Amino acid sequence: MKQHLIVRIGAKLLIPPIMLIALYVQFHGDFGPGGGFQAGVIFAAALILYGLVFGSAELCRVAPPHIILKLMAAGWLIYIGAGFIGLGLGGGYLNYNVLSINPMTGQHLGIFLVELAVGITVASAMLVIYQCFAAHQRVEPADDEG
Amino acid sequence: MELFVNITLFTFLLVTALMIIRLRDLFAVVMLSGVFSLLSAGLFVALDAVDVAFTEAAVGAGITTVLFLGALRLTGAVEKPPRESQFVPLAVMTGLAAILIYGTMDMPPFGLAAAPIHLHVAPQYISGAETQIGIPNVVSAVLASYRGFDTLGETGVIFTAGIGVILLLRAGRHTRRQHKGDAA
Repeated sequence: MKQHLIVRIGAKLLIPPIMLIALYVQFHGDFGPGGGFQAGVIFAAALILYGLVFGSAELCRVAPPHIILKLMAAGWLIYIGAGFIGLGLGGGYLNYNVLSINPMTGQHLGIFLVELAVGITVASAMLVIYQCFAAHQRVEPADDEG
Repeated sequence: MELFVNITLFTFLLVTALMIIRLRDLFAVVMLSGVFSLLSAGLFVALDAVDVAFTEAAVGAGITTVLFLGALRLTGAVEKPPRESQFVPLAVMTGLAAILIYGTMDMPPFGLAAAPIHLHVAPQYISGAETQIGIPNVVSAVLASYRGFDTLGETGVIFTAGIGVILLLRAGRHTRRQHKGDAA
C-alpha cells in the first residue's frame, strides 16, 4: 500500500493520536472508562495500522518480534510480581493496602502496576498474533507438494 | 428515545446477522462481523456499560477484523457451499434457542434493583471503591483490586493465546522448511 498517497498520509496523521489515546486510556482508567485491556488493544491497533500501510517488514523493524515476545511475558510477570510484593510486605497475595503507609495510596500504586502489566501483555500479544499472520505465507493445497 | 435507539440497533443487528449467514464472500462477512461488533458496542453504551462498549469496539470491531483478514489471506476468501442438508443443524440451533429463551423467563426483570446479583457483593464494591480504594471508576476498582485474581488469570489467557498462535503458525513454517530439506 506504499504507493497510495492518501492512505499513507492518513495513517501518518492517525497513528500518533491513536497512540496518545491508548496512553490516555491506560493511565486515566482509574477515573474514566478504560484500563489496561482497552489501552493495550488500542496501542496494538496503532502499530498494526502502521504494519498494514507500510508493510510487515517495516513493522518488524519498529517492533522486533523477539522484543515483543519478551514484553508479552514481562507483562504477565509484572502482574505476578506485583502480587508477591504484597505477600512480601506482610499482606496477602495481590493485597495492595500494604504497598504504602496509606492503604489508599497503596491501592492506587497496585492498580497502576497491575493495569500497566495488563496493557503490556495485551498490546504485545495482539501484535505477536498479527505478526504471525502477516509473516505466514499462504498455505497451498497439499497435492502439488507430492 | 432510548427505546427508539434500542429498536434501531437491534434491527440493524438482526439484518447484519442474516446477511452474515446468507453471504458466501468471506471478505464481506468479515466486514459485516466488524459492523456487528460496532452495533453491539452501541447497545452497550445504551445500557450505560461504557467500559464493555469500549472493549467491544476496540477488540471486536478493530483487532478481530484485522486478524480475520489475516486469516483470510492464508485460507481463501470464498466459503464453499454446504455439501449436506442443513436441516439438522437448523433444528438443533432452533431447539437450543428455544431452551435459552425459556431459561430467561425465570430471570428477574431487567434492571430490577432487588435482583440477587445486585444484593450480593455489588453494594460493597460500589461503596468500597470510594472509601477503601479511592477510585471513581468502580469497574477499574473491581477489575484490578477486588477481582485481582480473576484479572491475573485473564492476562494469563491472553498470554496463552499469543503463545498458542505462535506455536501453531511458526511450527507449521518450521516443518515445511524441514520438508524442503528432505526433498533436497
